[in-house]
Amino acid sequence: MTECCGKQDGCCSSATPDVRIEVVSQARYLAGARDLVRAVAGRLGFDAAQCGRIALAVDEALCNVINHGYDKRPDGRIWISIWPMGDPMPERPTGIRIVIEDNAKQVDPEKIKPRDLAEIRPGGLGVHIIREVMDCATYEKRNGAGMRLTMEKKLDTCPPKDTQ
Amino acid sequence: MEVKEEQLNGHPVIAPQGDVDLGNSKDLQYHLRQSLNKKPKQLVVDLGGVPYMDSSGVATLVEAMQVSRRSGVSLVLCAMTPRVKSIFEIARLDKVFRIVDSRDQITNA
Repeated sequence: MTECCGKQDGCCSSATPDVRIEVVSQARYLAGARDLVRAVAGRLGFDAAQCGRIALAVDEALCNVINHGYDKRPDGRIWISIWPMGDPMPERPTGIRIVIEDNAKQVDPEKIKPRDLAEIRPGGLGVHIIREVMDCATYEKRNGAGMRLTMEKKLDTCPPKDTQ
Repeated sequence: MEVKEEQLNGHPVIAPQGDVDLGNSKDLQYHLRQSLNKKPKQLVVDLGGVPYMDSSGVATLVEAMQVSRRSGVSLVLCAMTPRVKSIFEIARLDKVFRIVDSRDQITNA
């Protein structure tokens, strides 16, 4: 797991995302967010299994914002932005970059870590799942308020299509 | 998500239908707790009707497993779709639960 490249190496074509949606911090909108991410990832060239896993990573990130960032407050705002990675108009992008931002409480990014999976207990799997599914995931504090999670997945890291 | 309650060889079967996520995992938790409170010898959770599950659904099943072990109930998960199986593998819980491919593979506890 490495930190996301962000804008520094020009991995994404534009400062403005191709897709950006705003949702409130309510779990009933998770399914819609998943469907959107799955569909966009599919259009960018990921197979069905990878689309499902990318949607899962986004779902887990949103759950963490709802549960921990906003402490289940239903009126928080969450922004999901999506970029294709690679050249501006490639026939096939090299990957997907997803940024999730909120206005929730800020935490030290160093303290956001996956828990020990040897301990079998309910909960606390979200960060592990995000880091397992995506090539990179970087948390940072936004200026002023809230957190930003940047996640990337490259197309060439897809496993064989033997699972859904 | 609807949660069906059925019987298999005289034992309860909980069969959620639809995605299980943070928005509805409490419904599944309610049905599992109700069934576990009756302390059956065996409880089957048929996941064949669940195309998607996030970690809140997994957490619900982990909690059910812990309760079942304390209560002496044999908890069996069956008919997982590949996408649901994937999250159990990512969470490294696929070897922790008793998981079978179909109801046909379930015998009495």
